[in-house]
Amino acid sequence: MDVLSQLQRQLADFLASLYREGFVDDQFTQLQKLQDESSPDFVMEVVSLFFEDCEKLVNNMAKVLEQQVVDFKQVDSHVHQLKGSSSSIGAARIRNVCIAFKTFCEAQNREGCLRCLQQVNHEHAQLKANLQSLFTLERQIVAAGGSVPAMQ
Amino acid sequence: MATSNGSSTGTKITALVVDDDRVINAIHCKRLNKLGIENHVAANGKEAVDLHCSGKKFDLILMDRDMPIMNGIEATRELRAMGVRSIIVGVSTRSIKQEIQEFMDSGLDDYQEKPLTSSK
Repeated sequence: MDVLSQLQRQLADFLASLYREGFVDDQFTQLQKLQDESSPDFVMEVVSLFFEDCEKLVNNMAKVLEQQVVDFKQVDSHVHQLKGSSSSIGAARIRNVCIAFKTFCEAQNREGCLRCLQQVNHEHAQLKANLQSLFTLERQIVAAGGSVPAMQ
Repeated sequence: MATSNGSSTGTKITALVVDDDRVINAIHCKRLNKLGIENHVAANGKEAVDLHCSGKKFDLILMDRDMPIMNGIEATRELRAMGVRSIIVGVSTRSIKQEIQEFMDSGLDDYQEKPLTSSK
């Protein structure tokens, strides 16, 4: 198998594993389908925006949860935003943590919220690393003269 | 593609995406762009109202529910009170019937649950 075919096989297998392990869902496929010649880095750009905003939201939530008297409405508002943006890019695990996180906000359970915040951090780091690997593979394929089709 | 309300022949359909989340704005805009729709962005309800006060008009408005400064419910009411007849579609992750109805009652033409897809 030549280098290009190997890389393409690697990409397909890696992408399939991301779906299989629940890191991303069909919404990520929808995102990939929006990428075209006029915006060849669209997925990477949107995903970068998401990770930046996710970090900001996590930092804000951490600050609020540190207070003596926690404003759970504020935390809930941040979780709501994170849930929306994570589901829009297909970040399924992060979205699922947000669903549990909202329940703890409604119950005004600080410990539960802190655990969810930790989980969000963890899933964020994992997804970031995985997508960086994905984009690296895609760049290698393009550099080897191939093209990157959207997931079928 | 169907012609829009209020647009002259040959003019693109215009849309306004109202959401405080820039990830969602980027995705909505790209999706609309691919459908040949000219789009603009507002980061909250007040920006959307201000755009209309400055004389801007849009065929379609995608309105998020939860936004700072002015939320989607308030903004929709305000736009309808101003006589804005654009198609306003509420977009939110909220799925409770009561909350959806409250949003619809503010003057929406339709409501779609996030995340949006091209078929929606």
